[in-house]
Amino acid sequence: MSDMDSDRRQFIGRSSALVAGLTLAPGMMLYDLAHGRPVGEPASSKVRWGMLIDTTKCESGCDECVKACNKENGLPGGTGPTDEQWIRKVQLTDLKTGKKTSLPMMCQHCAEPPCVDVCPTGASFKRVDGIVLVDRHLCIGCRYCMMACPYKARSFVHEPLHDQKPDVPRGKGTVESCTLCVQRVDRGETTACAEACEKAGHKAILFGDLNDPDSEISKRIRQVASIRLRDDLGLDTGLHYEGL
Amino acid sequence: MDTLVRKQKELRNFYLLVVFGLMVAMTGMGAAHYMEEHGHIVTGMNNQVVWGMPHVFAIFMIVAASGVLNIASIGSVFGKKPYKARGPLSGLLSIALLAGGLTVLMLDLGRPERVIVAATHINTTSVFGWNVFLYSGLFSLVAVYLWTMLEARMNPWTKPVGLLVFAWRITLTTGTGLIFAFLVARQAYGTAMLPPMFIVMSFSWGLAVLYIVQAAMYGWNRMSLNPHVLRRFRNLLGLFILSVAYLVAVYHMTNLYFARNSAFEHFILIEGGIYPLLFWGGYFFLGTLIPLVLIYSPNLGKHCHVLLASLLVVVGSFCFLYVFIIGGQAFPLSIFPGYEVSSTFGDGQIAYYSPSLPEILLGCGGLGVAFLITTVGVRIFEMLPHDEAAAE
Repeated sequence: MSDMDSDRRQFIGRSSALVAGLTLAPGMMLYDLAHGRPVGEPASSKVRWGMLIDTTKCESGCDECVKACNKENGLPGGTGPTDEQWIRKVQLTDLKTGKKTSLPMMCQHCAEPPCVDVCPTGASFKRVDGIVLVDRHLCIGCRYCMMACPYKARSFVHEPLHDQKPDVPRGKGTVESCTLCVQRVDRGETTACAEACEKAGHKAILFGDLNDPDSEISKRIRQVASIRLRDDLGLDTGLHYEGL
Repeated sequence: MDTLVRKQKELRNFYLLVVFGLMVAMTGMGAAHYMEEHGHIVTGMNNQVVWGMPHVFAIFMIVAASGVLNIASIGSVFGKKPYKARGPLSGLLSIALLAGGLTVLMLDLGRPERVIVAATHINTTSVFGWNVFLYSGLFSLVAVYLWTMLEARMNPWTKPVGLLVFAWRITLTTGTGLIFAFLVARQAYGTAMLPPMFIVMSFSWGLAVLYIVQAAMYGWNRMSLNPHVLRRFRNLLGLFILSVAYLVAVYHMTNLYFARNSAFEHFILIEGGIYPLLFWGGYFFLGTLIPLVLIYSPNLGKHCHVLLASLLVVVGSFCFLYVFIIGGQAFPLSIFPGYEVSSTFGDGQIAYYSPSLPEILLGCGGLGVAFLITTVGVRIFEMLPHDEAAAE
């Protein structure tokens, strides 16, 4: 074997070992670091936040809930295909009877959220009080959660952002959705959409603790017939709809 | 003197190819930079069609990266000599395609600079999370596999390492199929049919890519393919194309049988505009029927026909993926069965998607990366299959 041939072999051998090491090392070494992330510590698991939406009270031309959500969370309010919409008004017409229904649609805050299951980095997570959120620092913008969500509840931030609200952090290139106004809930307030709906005189959105048997929402869910969207999927959503 | 001139000419052509590959790859990188600066608003993707053209390119390359190893597996695991001679090329192409596919996938992220987050925060319930290990593992394993094939001292290890690579890549392609199979609410996906379908597609697409590259190498060296080897490759490609067609047919037939999915099938196969056109014209006619005619017609089946069939299989695979990935998202989710639905967020509507130049260039950039790795790898290592000694 010539010296040159031997050098070439040595070079190939060493560089292959280096490349193999560099490829494996991050995955192996950093795997353990992934398990120390505390999530949702201030929230209590005794609470399960949810909503009951009475579709019989929801007016078809009204979009006060959408406007309130946009204002509370600093969303521009566009309705183009690349605009973020955390809540939307959906118009339904029963194909058999022709009955028309209007309702607000947003993240259903599932107890078994598919978005949390599929998220590669754990950016999508569920707080112990049932609120499903996205950690904007961990979201890499792969959009797998958007593919997995059965309710099309999530939006991707397609453009650079300006004038963000300090208590609602957002980020270009990340995914976001209804946070159940977590910043308000943590202050002991109701959600912006529920508040706006009440102010508009409809009272179609009832927000509260599903775990508390004495809460207004729990009492009402016991009294009236309500359904959960795509209940066949077994996701145990936090949002209930009445009148569908 | 003639030899010297020829070698110089060869070297010049090699550098020209490298420059070409670099230019394509750099254009892709430029497109990715443009997308990162402006956001995904400059792509055709939106909140309804969240995965677009980059995913078509990336998934083609990742699936083919697994399938192209079939040749090495048949050679080292089952000891077939004509395949053994192509083992190193098969390994190199696998690394090249995987690198190209992952480049596109990473650069299409909303936050590509956070790619390290994907390696440091693994959600163990996520199939994407598993794929971080499966992809990096395949890189390393195939590198070791190549070492055992190219280094005489390591040859005894080729078979056990080959077996491990075989198991790993089947798992990897299962993982790629599961990305879609785990999407429970979308009519196009959410079926256990997808992992086996992706595995068989990987065999077909991988073999087609290997045949194309091999043809280019033989053309470069003014060699012709051994007729015995040609016959084997031709039959194998035919078998794989038929197997893919069978699984694709079963996938659609199953959907057609379920009443809840018949509207989706009607859309994707008949009324959906570009999607039925690409499915029937691109995947079925160009990517399946014509290749089968080229392979099985008594008067055809020569090297040029098999090469054309391979090229058409690649074209068909892009058409199939476009329909599968984009068509699957364009059809509205069934959230309110029994109702006519409308909203400002595209509920009940067919979503519109038109690929933009930056995302197409990013996809091509991934192909450029794969091309570059292949061109340089073939030059550095001894990759040219010699059949005089290998033919049985």
